[in-house]
Amino acid sequence: MAMAETHKSGTGRYVVVYIFILVIAALQFVIAYSNITAPQMFARMLFLAMVEAALALLFFMHLSENHGLLWFVLIFTGFVLLAMQYSWTDSFRELLGAPWSNYTKY
Amino acid sequence: MSHADTMGGHAGLMEKPAFSVPAKKMAMWLFIIADTATFAGCLVAYGFLRNATPDWPRPFHSITNVAIMTFILVTSSLTMLFAMDAGKAGDKAKAFRWMLITAALGAVFALLHIREWLALIDEGMTLLKNPWGTGLFGAAFFSITGLHLLHVTCGVIALVVVAIRYQGGRYNADDLEVTGLYWHFVDLVWMFVVPLVYLLNLSH
Repeated sequence: MAMAETHKSGTGRYVVVYIFILVIAALQFVIAYSNITAPQMFARMLFLAMVEAALALLFFMHLSENHGLLWFVLIFTGFVLLAMQYSWTDSFRELLGAPWSNYTKY
Repeated sequence: MSHADTMGGHAGLMEKPAFSVPAKKMAMWLFIIADTATFAGCLVAYGFLRNATPDWPRPFHSITNVAIMTFILVTSSLTMLFAMDAGKAGDKAKAFRWMLITAALGAVFALLHIREWLALIDEGMTLLKNPWGTGLFGAAFFSITGLHLLHVTCGVIALVVVAIRYQGGRYNADDLEVTGLYWHFVDLVWMFVVPLVYLLNLSH
């Protein structure tokens, strides 16, 4: 396939990103044992998972080398993920009986 | 083979590939986007259940097993990159070797996963009930980790098949890259499964 893109190969760069991802994964494990509330823990772990995913997408999957494809993937995936968030309000309703009315009790 | 060759000398008449990405690779990206929606749907549904269920169980006593599994899967992504680099450099033997190492790491991950499942089943956890809290936990846990395990298993099979065909000359370095994209995606999904399904359910 002559249409194939050329990728910057670099063992050193891959190893650096690999170590970064492992360190971030280790941070998630540290957070799991920290003395914070579940919502705080969730937010921190999700943020770190997104950083890990971004590193994997950009450097392991080479999206950093094709900006057109990068935006295509981000916009498509981001739209789908955002569209799924409508369900959260309903999960609070399940828990509390009515949306937001008893929120302070939660 | 040049683009002109593959197009039978009519390359100028053909539409250029989207984002200058070869068709096979584009197809894999579209699959990855679709599969992201599948996993995201599962994880959002899981979050919904966890948020709306007061007696959600926290059955995990240790992080050792999941830490080892994470290390193995992330390492397999690195070995996959080495395989792709060797393939691009035309070193078939080296690429083949790294592909098999990646497949072996994937197989170890799958075995550790199955061992963990068996331990939980031994403790009394099934799809519909468990000794710790709401029965929904088993359904959610086995569905999400099972879907991921299915992806890993398919990936291991794909890695071996592509490696053998690449070694035999039927596939080229671009095929290694397309397989690599899938394998990195499996790794990427695990980065979200670990905190949401395991670490937030640790018993302190």
